[in-house]
Amino acid sequence: MPASDWKKTDVMNVDQPTLTTAERLYLPQIFGGFKTTLRHMFSVHVRNKKVIQYPEQRRQLRKEIYRGVHRLNRDDQGRVACVACFMCETACPAHCIHIVGEESPWQDREKYPVQFDIDELRCIYCGMCEEACPVDAIELTPEFHLVGRSREEMIFDKEKLLMVYDRTKDEKPRKNPRITGY
Amino acid sequence: MALIRAIIKHPILSGLLAVTIGGIVVLTLIVAFLDQIKWVLSDQFWFSNILSLAIFGGIMTAVAYCILLERKISAWIQDRYGPNRVGPLGLLQPLADGVKLLLKEDITPGHVDKALFVLAPFMMFVVALIGFAVVPWGGTFRWPWMDADATPLVAQVASIDIAVIYLLAVGSMGVYGVVLGGWASNNKYAFYGAMRAAAQMISYEIPLGLVVLTAVITVGYLLPVDHAMDCLRLEGAVAAQAPHAASWTMWVVFYHPVAALLMFIAALAEANRAPFDLAEAEQELIGGFHTEYSAMKWAMFFLGEYAHMITSSAFMVCLFWGGYHLPYCTWLSTDESALAMLCRIGVIGAKIAIFIGAYMVVRWSLPRFRFDQLMRLAWKSLVPMGLVILAAQVLIVYYGWPQWISIVVNLGVLVLAAIASLTNAMPISGRQQSLLIKEKAAREKEYELQHAGV
Repeated sequence: MPASDWKKTDVMNVDQPTLTTAERLYLPQIFGGFKTTLRHMFSVHVRNKKVIQYPEQRRQLRKEIYRGVHRLNRDDQGRVACVACFMCETACPAHCIHIVGEESPWQDREKYPVQFDIDELRCIYCGMCEEACPVDAIELTPEFHLVGRSREEMIFDKEKLLMVYDRTKDEKPRKNPRITGY
Repeated sequence: MALIRAIIKHPILSGLLAVTIGGIVVLTLIVAFLDQIKWVLSDQFWFSNILSLAIFGGIMTAVAYCILLERKISAWIQDRYGPNRVGPLGLLQPLADGVKLLLKEDITPGHVDKALFVLAPFMMFVVALIGFAVVPWGGTFRWPWMDADATPLVAQVASIDIAVIYLLAVGSMGVYGVVLGGWASNNKYAFYGAMRAAAQMISYEIPLGLVVLTAVITVGYLLPVDHAMDCLRLEGAVAAQAPHAASWTMWVVFYHPVAALLMFIAALAEANRAPFDLAEAEQELIGGFHTEYSAMKWAMFFLGEYAHMITSSAFMVCLFWGGYHLPYCTWLSTDESALAMLCRIGVIGAKIAIFIGAYMVVRWSLPRFRFDQLMRLAWKSLVPMGLVILAAQVLIVYYGWPQWISIVVNLGVLVLAAIASLTNAMPISGRQQSLLIKEKAAREKEYELQHAGV
C-alpha cells in the first residue's frame, strides 16, 4: 500500500512510558538485580544438578531423534541401501551431498551409488536428507564427536558412512529395515 | 654412583633433591647472616625496599587470582562451575593462563604507531602498580628483636605528605594507557574506545575529587588538632578512624554513607569496569582500545585493569572504611608487635577483597550504560550530590558543628534526589524530552507531506 493511501486514523503515535521514581533513583532497581544474581551465585544445589562435567559425564541423548553424524544404512545382505535417486542431494539446503550413481549390478534395483560424499563441515545437520530418502538409506546418528585434522578428512565418502552405520547400528537400529520389494 | 644417577633421572625424586639442597643452602645463609638480616629488616629504608618487592609479588599474585575469581564469580552467577580442571578446584588456572599468554604469538599490526603501541600497555600497568606505594598496609610495629624504646617501623613503602593527591594523580594517569593504546592502534574502533575512556575519565574525576575532598576534610576534623595536617596522608586518614572509647562511630563511612557510595561508583568508572566499561564494549567496539592487542601486551592491559581495581579499593578502604581498623578491636589498632602488624595486613587485605568481590558482582549483574546515560549520571547526579555533601562538610568544620550533622545531610541528599526525580518525568529510553518532541514533530510533518497531494 503506498504511503499516500494511509488514513489519519491508521497512524497511532505512542509516547514512551515514563520511568517511575524508583527506576530513576537507580538504587532500588540495582539492588533488585543484585538479589537475582546473588541468589544464583549461592544456590549450589542448582549448579550441582544442572552442570554436566562433559568428558566424565554424558548427557542422555534422545537417540531416536538426535541429529549427529550421517550414516548410510546397509540392507539385509550387507549392501548399501541407497538407490542413488538424488532426493537427498536435491533436498539438502547446504549442498553438502555429492552422489555419483551408476547402473546397479543387483537385480532388485536400477541404480546404486558408486560415490557418495557428504561434506560434514558444510552440513547444517537439519535432517532434510533423512526426510527425503525414499528407502531410509541415509540417517542421522546420535554420534557428535566429530573431529578431524583437515578439511579433506571431514568429507565422508561411502565407505566411511557405511562404517558409521556399522558403529551405530546397535545403538540406533535402522528404522525400517524392509520397506520395499521394488 | 648408580643410585645418584637414578635419583637425578627420576622426575619427582630429583625435584625433591633440588628443593632439599636449596632449602639447606638458604637456611645456612640465613643462620650465617642472621645479624645482618635483622639489621636490614630493622632499618626503615631497607625495610621499605623489601616491602615494596614483597608487595609487588603479592599484588601480582593477587591480580592473577582476581582473574580466576572473576571467572568463578561469573560462572556461579550463571549457574556454572567455572574453571575447575587445572589443579584442585582450578586453583592453578592463573598459571596455565600465564603460560598460554606468554607462548602466544605477539602480533604488532603493520599500520600501528610502534613506539606508542608498545608503550601503552606498560603505561597502564606501571601506573596501576605505583599507587600501592602510599597504601598503609600495617601501621607501626617493632620486630621481636628490637628494643622496646626503639623507633617503630612503618609497614608502608612510602609515607609521603600528599598521598591522597598522589593516588588521585596516579589513578587518572591510568587513562593514558587506554588513550595511547587506542590512538596507536590506528583503528577506528580502538580510537572510539579511547575517546570514550578519556571523556568518561574527565567526567568521573570530578565526583571522585569532590568525595575524596569531603573525606579528607572529615578526617582532618576527626584528628586531634595538632595532627590535623596528617589528613592528606593515608595513614593519617586511617589513624583518624581508629576505634577509641570516647566515640561510638569510627569510620568515615558512618558519617558519609552517600559519599562512600558515590566514591564506589566513581571508582568503578575510573577503573573502566562494568557498568562503565564503554571503552571496551565488546558488542559495539569489539574490545575497544585493546582490539589490536594480543598475547602479553593484551595481558598487560588486563593485569593493569585488575591492579587498578585493587588500588582504588585500597584507596576507598583507607579513606572511608577504616583501613586496618576494626570496631572495638583496640588491640589491633594500638599494639606494636609484628604479629599485630601481620593481622592488620590481613584485615586491610580482607576489606580490599570484599570490595573486589563487590566490583565483580556488579560487573556480572548490571548492563552497560549508554554514553549519554553515563554523562547524565556523572554531571546531573553525582556532581550535584557531591557538591552538596562537600559544602555541608565545609560548613560543619568552619562553624565547629558536631560531625553527626553530615549523616542527616547525606540522607537528605538522597531524599532531594528522589524529589527531583518526581518533578521531571523521563521516558523509559532515557532520551531527552526536547529530542522526543522534535522527533514527534518530524513524524507529523512527514505525514502531512505525504498527504499534501491527496
